[in-house]
Amino acid sequence: MSSNADIYHEMIIDYSRNPINYGEIKDHDVTFHDSNPLCGDSIDIDMKIDEDKITDIKFHGKGCAICMACSSVLTEITKGKSLDEARAIEKKDILSELGLEHLQAVRIKCALLSLKVLKSALYTYIGNNLKDDKDVGKLKKEAASLY
Amino acid sequence: MQSTKSLFENLKKDFPILKRTVRDNKPLVYLDNASTTQKPNQVIDAITDYYQNHNANIHRAVYALAEESTKAYEATRDKIAEFLNIKDRQEIIFVRGTTEAINLVAYSWGRQHIGKGDIIVTTEYEHHSNIVPWQLLTQEKQARLEYIRVDDNGELVLDDLREYLAGGKVRLVAFSLMSNVLGTITNAAQIIKECKAAGVLTLVDGAQAVPHMSVDIDELGCDFFAFSGHKMLGPTGVGVLWVKRSVLETMSPFQGGGDMIREVHKYESTWNDLPYKFEAGTPNIADVVGLGAAVDYLAKIGMDNVREHEVELTRYAIEKLSKVKGLHIYGTQDISKRGGVISFNFADVHPHDVAQIVDGEGIAVRSGHHCAQVLMERLDVAATSRASFYIYNTKEDIDVLIDALNTVAKVFKL
Repeated sequence: MSSNADIYHEMIIDYSRNPINYGEIKDHDVTFHDSNPLCGDSIDIDMKIDEDKITDIKFHGKGCAICMACSSVLTEITKGKSLDEARAIEKKDILSELGLEHLQAVRIKCALLSLKVLKSALYTYIGNNLKDDKDVGKLKKEAASLY
Repeated sequence: MQSTKSLFENLKKDFPILKRTVRDNKPLVYLDNASTTQKPNQVIDAITDYYQNHNANIHRAVYALAEESTKAYEATRDKIAEFLNIKDRQEIIFVRGTTEAINLVAYSWGRQHIGKGDIIVTTEYEHHSNIVPWQLLTQEKQARLEYIRVDDNGELVLDDLREYLAGGKVRLVAFSLMSNVLGTITNAAQIIKECKAAGVLTLVDGAQAVPHMSVDIDELGCDFFAFSGHKMLGPTGVGVLWVKRSVLETMSPFQGGGDMIREVHKYESTWNDLPYKFEAGTPNIADVVGLGAAVDYLAKIGMDNVREHEVELTRYAIEKLSKVKGLHIYGTQDISKRGGVISFNFADVHPHDVAQIVDGEGIAVRSGHHCAQVLMERLDVAATSRASFYIYNTKEDIDVLIDALNTVAKVFKL
């Protein structure tokens, strides 16, 4: 079998067939949607946030096995984290969890779409709940550095 | 005279890229020809020869090189006229590709002739390049954009067209001669006949048809025709817009600049003759010359032979693919109504995953929405995998694809 097939190991196939945290949260505190214009992959993330803690997170949408597996792993990692902890999640945290560190550039977008949606959702929530206007500039800078 | 079969068997040697290997030394099997085609030495050499021996700007200077470059550039116009049976060479405008051609029509014709309440009709199986320019135009002019639906067999529902035409508000019907996703060959003769009877203009997107079948623009009788060079063995960045003279004469310039003018004064200008009025600035001379070599190459094989070769490949591929368990092919199974473009989905495996695994075997197939999201919505899928053939493909290429699909089945435990 080719090296390309190697990335489709047991965990990826399992997660894509039986995604974790798949679905919607009707009474979410924040939701965000984004898609990959190149391939049409599309992901929504809903979150329940209590004080500073992400108490529940679900995703839904359409995507390839890589996209679905990464979304599952991401939501597993995120659930129960504080907003600051979730903000600190990096690309490598997702990729290394699934052994996808060497994924080719064109597929990285599949792997990281849900991370992009998560971060967008976090900043939407934080932005909507800001108490001090001075924080806005700082936040924008942090958001811009992500992608 | 060699037989058609041996003709196609010997073609691969003209394409240097087809000799290379990819991914762990796998021979390249290129099956993404609906997207772009590979280039034969004849085209590559023509471009190199142009730059090495003849390069100069056209239509102006009196020196030898300028005369040669002008002659080479204009020779392609004549070749295209002959290739597509265009009677008037001045109706042929060189553009960047099909996308620019359609945008030119939307800008130069549409802005003059489309007003509030007018209707432009397109189809559900169009490429984005035959949808978005009309969205921009109709939004600007408070006009309407309507769609001819695609039936479950991948063919157009022509009753929709009749209904729109009966309303009396349609100004243009724009459709592709062959779908880039389903491969469906549009019944253009019927559409154009009905539009003519209603006094409505027609635009034909020939990007998928011109490379793969014999096209006679004079006989077709449309008003606008667009296609790209790179999908027919030519270089990227060059394509053609053909417009019937009586329509072309009602159109204002697309871009202003050099070469498109007759006289320029401080506050007004007059326009050059056709087609130069629509070819502002230094054109893509070298690639136009390259396109001429591509036309020569195809004309030598004969477009009926090209079509026959692809019909044979498509029949073989559909037969083989139909036997793969869980594989669904979109569009009509009637080979006479389709070109060598096969879109499919494989059980619940996402097309990206299919493409990635078959790429590991050296096969280039496309996965995604193929710039046809309106059609994807109609088919109710996010994406498809697509294999598309050309003159250099063989039945062995299809066998390699079938083997690779078996690998996909194994990996995904289908």
